[in-house]
Amino acid sequence: MALSEKLISSFLAFELDIDTSSSFHSIRTDAIKRFEKLGFPNRKLENWKYTSLNEIIKEDYTVFPKEKSVINFEKVKDYFVDNIESYKLIFVDGCFDPFLSQTSHDGYDICIMSAALGKSKYSKTVKKFFNQSTDLDDSMSSLNTAFSKEGVYIHIPKNIVVKKPVEIIHFCTGNEAALMLQPRNLIVVEENSEIEIIESHQSLTVNPIFTNSVTEIFAQKNSNIDYYKIQNDVVNSSLIDNTYISQKRNSDVKVHTFSFGGRITRNNLNFFQKNESINSTMKGLTIIDFNQLVDHHTLVHHANPNCESHQDYKGIYSGKSTGVFNGKIIVDKIAQKTNAFQQNNNILLDDKSTINSKPQLEIFADDVKCSHGCTIGQLDQDALFYLRARGIPKKEARALLTYAFANNVLESVQIPELKTKIKKIIANKLGVNIGFDL
Amino acid sequence: MLSIDDLHVGIDGKPILKGINLDVRAGEVHAIMGPNGSGKSTLSSVIAGNETYEIDKGNIMFKGENIIDLAPEERAHKGIFLSFQYPVEIPGISVTNFIKTSINSNLKARGKDEMPANKMLKKIREKAELLDIDSKFLSRSLNEGFSGGEKKRNEIFQMAMLEPSLSILDETDSGLDIDALKIVANGVNKLRNKANAVVVITHYQRLLDYIVPDYVHVMHDGKIVKSGNKELAHELEEKGYDWIKS
Repeated sequence: MALSEKLISSFLAFELDIDTSSSFHSIRTDAIKRFEKLGFPNRKLENWKYTSLNEIIKEDYTVFPKEKSVINFEKVKDYFVDNIESYKLIFVDGCFDPFLSQTSHDGYDICIMSAALGKSKYSKTVKKFFNQSTDLDDSMSSLNTAFSKEGVYIHIPKNIVVKKPVEIIHFCTGNEAALMLQPRNLIVVEENSEIEIIESHQSLTVNPIFTNSVTEIFAQKNSNIDYYKIQNDVVNSSLIDNTYISQKRNSDVKVHTFSFGGRITRNNLNFFQKNESINSTMKGLTIIDFNQLVDHHTLVHHANPNCESHQDYKGIYSGKSTGVFNGKIIVDKIAQKTNAFQQNNNILLDDKSTINSKPQLEIFADDVKCSHGCTIGQLDQDALFYLRARGIPKKEARALLTYAFANNVLESVQIPELKTKIKKIIANKLGVNIGFDL
Repeated sequence: MLSIDDLHVGIDGKPILKGINLDVRAGEVHAIMGPNGSGKSTLSSVIAGNETYEIDKGNIMFKGENIIDLAPEERAHKGIFLSFQYPVEIPGISVTNFIKTSINSNLKARGKDEMPANKMLKKIREKAELLDIDSKFLSRSLNEGFSGGEKKRNEIFQMAMLEPSLSILDETDSGLDIDALKIVANGVNKLRNKANAVVVITHYQRLLDYIVPDYVHVMHDGKIVKSGNKELAHELEEKGYDWIKS
């Protein structure tokens, strides 16, 4: 049975497992109907021109794991950020793991979606925000909405600076021959509040894993959110990450996406500016090899005056890997004095590596500053010779130049321990044993 | 120390060096002069191991070993240093950390332990002082936004740190004002000893007033057409390169 049919027929079984009398359920039933109509995206769609899901969706995935898997902290501790106090929301094969997690209900809620959808004390917030920002015409988001049940729920009330970052990790154990996961996250940060979040998906198995994630983030007036996505999964894991961010006046949201692994990684990162004086920042660093594919589709909708957006994506591609960058910026007629900046720089290290880069600007206002730039090149041979002439071996010299190229994306990471971790991942990826604490 | 024998080098099939012979012994300073396009920079680049050029014929012996097939880093490990005419800008790597990486790479290749941090810092401070380099300069990204003079001074600073047996200074004087030129030349002179050698590549005689050569060679059209002592440099300054060409 094709995966789409399997999912549609599984929906009935899914309904047996959840509270269908809840007011959210109609959102799910509408969503499954939309998915039924739209199906999986294919390359005939402009937005999916360079990324085919055919290889992934032909696997026979389990869509609900049969039983809860347990993992030992010692086995997975390397995937956490070292030496840092943090809240932890850990999921194993799609199920919340209370032993590895550290939640909070002390002044704010850092907990899980199943609780938020089920308990009445959360219903006011959930009703106000849940599925209010997703793209209803997007089939993958609709599919996720239909099966929305578990994931992260974060609600930070007014005037709170959350002191510790939140680490979200989705582990897969391999207890299933092939597993599809659909985490659903809702994050609401109220007026004058701040939070830092680190999210990763980590498979511990060679079995195929297909994650279709949706995260809705609502940044209210004067709020501040730093979101870090670490995509360093194993070679048989694929991820479609749909993130929708709605910002209110004076809010500042930054999303860093570090894509170092996985089979196919697709990031749909959408920013909606709902009021004036908003800052939206997207930074990306992609370093991939072999047959890996990383596809960044960003959207910034400037719908109000005096707002800014800043995009800086860098990619380094080896082997037969493929990168996609599609940066869409819409500036409405009303959105005067918009300042939108977009930059995409790429290095292709091999003849067989590819990057498809496309800026897509739709500007309807006349008093705006919008700039975009794209470069595609190779490692600078003169620079390489310079470093080698100083006694630095070729591999290390290449690593240093890669690091130098990636540096401005790394430098804006605000959590030092996380920065160290990412540098380690990069050194490991480049096969060198030099510190990048340069 | 360095012995070049009938060296022929080209790029994309086009010959640039057409039979260079050069012998440099420990303790000596050689100057190589010549008009633009005579092959001076190509020669220095080829000695340091730049792989862009094809060696068609000839040998480069260094300390008794033919180094023609060695990678640039292997030549550096053996003690060859090239001060670049156009040092490359590398954002995100500070001068200090670059030199640390460089020194430790060399030590490691020679089978030695890394230099302890305190010793490294002491040495950095000492050599920076020798070249009148501000400590702020050392934490800046390598060559990024440096003036021409700062770049050249940074090259000589690296030379001072690495203490090579053979230093090739490729147009180190270009872009330097007279004060910076004196500081750089003074630095080079202080680093000179009986065990090392310096090859100075320059257009003008000016630098040779400060770094006094034992031998002067004049290149033209890929060959050394005249060799002599320091007087040759003065003669060239007076008569110009046309004198050599004709």
